[in-house]
Amino acid sequence: MNSDKITRIVLYSFSFLIILVAGGMVFSLVGGAIPAIKTFGLQFIWSNVWDPTEGSENYGALPFIAGTLITSFVALILCLPLSLATSLFLGEYFRNTRIARIIGLMVDLLAGIPSIVYGLWGFYVLRPFLIDMGFENQGFGVFTSSLILAIMIIPYATSLGNEIISMVPNDLKEAAYSMGATRMEVISTVILPTARSGIFAGYILAFGRALGETMAVTMLIGNSNRVPDSFFGTGNTMASVIANQFGEADGLKLSSLIVIGLLLFLITGIVNGIGKLIIKKMG
Amino acid sequence: MSEKNIIKIKDPILSIQNLSVAYDKNNYAVKDVSVEVKKNTVTAIMGPSGCGKSTLLRALNRMHELYENIETKGTVLLNGQDIYKLPTIRVRRMTGMVFQRPNPFPTMSIYDNVIAGYKLNGIRLKKSEKDEIVERSLRDVVLWEEVKDSLFKKGTFLSGGQQQRLCIARALAFGPEVILLDEPTSALDPVATSKVEDLLTKLKENYTIILVTHNMAQAARISDYSLFMYLGELVEYDKTKNMFTNPQDKRTEEYLTGKFG
Amino acid sequence: MNALHQIDTSKRRLLKDRIFYWLVIAMAGLTISPIVLIISKLIAKGYKQISFEFIIRNTPDTYEAMTAISNNELIPGGIANGITGTLLMVVLAAIIAIPVGIITGIYLYENQGKRLANLTRNISDIIQGVPSIVLGLIAYLWIVKNVTNGYSALAGSVSLSIMMLPMIIRSTEETLKMIPQTLKEAGLALGVPYYKVILKILVPTGFSGLLTGILLAISRVMGETAPLMLTALGSSVINLNISEPTSAIPLLIWEFYNDPNMVDLIWSSSLLLMGIVLLLNIVSKQIAAKRK
Repeated sequence: MNSDKITRIVLYSFSFLIILVAGGMVFSLVGGAIPAIKTFGLQFIWSNVWDPTEGSENYGALPFIAGTLITSFVALILCLPLSLATSLFLGEYFRNTRIARIIGLMVDLLAGIPSIVYGLWGFYVLRPFLIDMGFENQGFGVFTSSLILAIMIIPYATSLGNEIISMVPNDLKEAAYSMGATRMEVISTVILPTARSGIFAGYILAFGRALGETMAVTMLIGNSNRVPDSFFGTGNTMASVIANQFGEADGLKLSSLIVIGLLLFLITGIVNGIGKLIIKKMG
Repeated sequence: MSEKNIIKIKDPILSIQNLSVAYDKNNYAVKDVSVEVKKNTVTAIMGPSGCGKSTLLRALNRMHELYENIETKGTVLLNGQDIYKLPTIRVRRMTGMVFQRPNPFPTMSIYDNVIAGYKLNGIRLKKSEKDEIVERSLRDVVLWEEVKDSLFKKGTFLSGGQQQRLCIARALAFGPEVILLDEPTSALDPVATSKVEDLLTKLKENYTIILVTHNMAQAARISDYSLFMYLGELVEYDKTKNMFTNPQDKRTEEYLTGKFG
Repeated sequence: MNALHQIDTSKRRLLKDRIFYWLVIAMAGLTISPIVLIISKLIAKGYKQISFEFIIRNTPDTYEAMTAISNNELIPGGIANGITGTLLMVVLAAIIAIPVGIITGIYLYENQGKRLANLTRNISDIIQGVPSIVLGLIAYLWIVKNVTNGYSALAGSVSLSIMMLPMIIRSTEETLKMIPQTLKEAGLALGVPYYKVILKILVPTGFSGLLTGILLAISRVMGETAPLMLTALGSSVINLNISEPTSAIPLLIWEFYNDPNMVDLIWSSSLLLMGIVLLLNIVSKQIAAKRK
């Protein structure tokens, strides 16, 4: 066998390894989830009981699924105007300028801040601020978590939007300018419609990020195992229940947490898949 | 200056006086150009690439101001109004512009492309008014028969030549005084090119047309007046017939005989 | 010709345009304000504690911290156990992820458009989207349960390495795509074996790009807490045995946060962590900028 063939086989087998790793991940999660699935069945998804009392153990994921979807969705709404404005700032108004490079770097750095640091800042700075403003009594809950999540996902929503906006062909913009459009009108009638699927994909990917964030949410959501009863109410998310309850878990409880992990894996997988599909369709 | 062959026009619709444009300090793309344009004619701006012909065209609706650090000196009178004293968005509404590559808005239907000027300028129209403008503009560019059954399809599905005529219709729909065209056929095949050329000769009955072209034959075929630029300077301006048969300046002659360009 | 175009809407529209312009600037300013606020908060509250001591000593116990607080002194000790743990786990994760990631990236580059390559690329994208806490669960199931029979640095490293993999794969492929095809062909035309073309031409040419990707991936995993809670667990002393529980800076921050006596240490630990992460981030961006 010559060396070229060996090289090819090595490359091939490492690529295969990636597929194997992914397959192993699913396999292990499903394996770990089986005891809980066998015990609770599909009802696990709809049940909102979380009772670890020995002998009458009963677990359901509804509060966590609801908490995850609600906080992530609110975060997405909060992040929308901010990241859209930042994308326009970087990709249109100040494209290729020094100030855009600096702001762009700072937005990138937002993605670099560890989740736990966001959590601390949220706990010690944002939470008291919200209490002072009269928004909340305790400062814990859906709204506070969503606010910190919104900041955390801004870089993901912004970077794709910025890139797509700056790629809108110049001659389209000029056509609109030549008819007397103001810059804002060029943005609203030419740039945003042309870039919309890319911007949308960016938001989907950002949403996928929010779904899986753990530490910052764990520190701010209040960790009550129920479906949030209001915008300012406390709750729990799939990621944070795993982080909180894992230490003392074994048996059925551990298996239930693994089911939640598997569900989280599936939900983020679907959301990210949709985002990537949109990007692929744009070419 | 005085020995240059630059003819005068009576009652011009457009009067350019001592116009200079610099992209940055002392880097002039257009140097002290004075030209008058006659109503209802086709005027061609010619010259080798980089001679400033596109910049001159863009200075007529202030599109060149989209670039930063632009410095403009001189006066441009359109119907007696100094366009540099008006808000840019009003200046651009008085002129229509057509670009090198056909650029219909890809997110809009053919119908919406034609009335885009109204939309962009925040003018609300009744359905009947819109229908009338769309039909008239598309008839003006001889596109109506080809697209009347697919008005609500995206303009980007048309052929290149059809797209360019759609872009001309879009420029006409708003009722401009002057239509500015920047090498409008350079991205088209010969058949589509000749259709656009026929169209321009027809359109001059109602509009004044200024056309940048690097295609001398095209200028000879369709323009009434020609303007030759070299290194940002206006070298010669005359009736097209005269310039092509009897150029006064050596540089014009060399360009027309293909010595450079 | 038609009177409609005489309607003058310019004043109102220009005003709107101005307002929108300033709104965009204000919102962009608001967007980046957290980074400024967070960094200044960390510096203001954390700088006092940072010293040589802080880097070379282990975490104090609760009692030591409590005594210091009641005497109005700085809490003694440092986070040496966390620093060494982070280094150990990140280095080990990098050792696992870099070769696999780069070789897979080369495979994807060499097999553009082929089915297995597309599948691998899609799977790598899926892995990139998996929340880090789920990666912690997986490393728990694989390593803690089956290999080290207990919480361990190795399990932590495995979870971090899965996180790094897709980032390295992607940056490798993107970097190689930017190298002119002719360079590779020139090598092959000289009769150089394929693997030597990869090792001596492709990898060195794209070196700074690969380095950027690796540094970014490291900076990303360095601040991860959640997966380590499920795998490495933590330790109050320096541990360099990969099959034993090990601490890390983010794990310590989490412990300090939950212990009222130690809470003063969160700021200095966060400042240190953030400093390292941002430094790596900026260095990698700098390398990337130089390439262009």
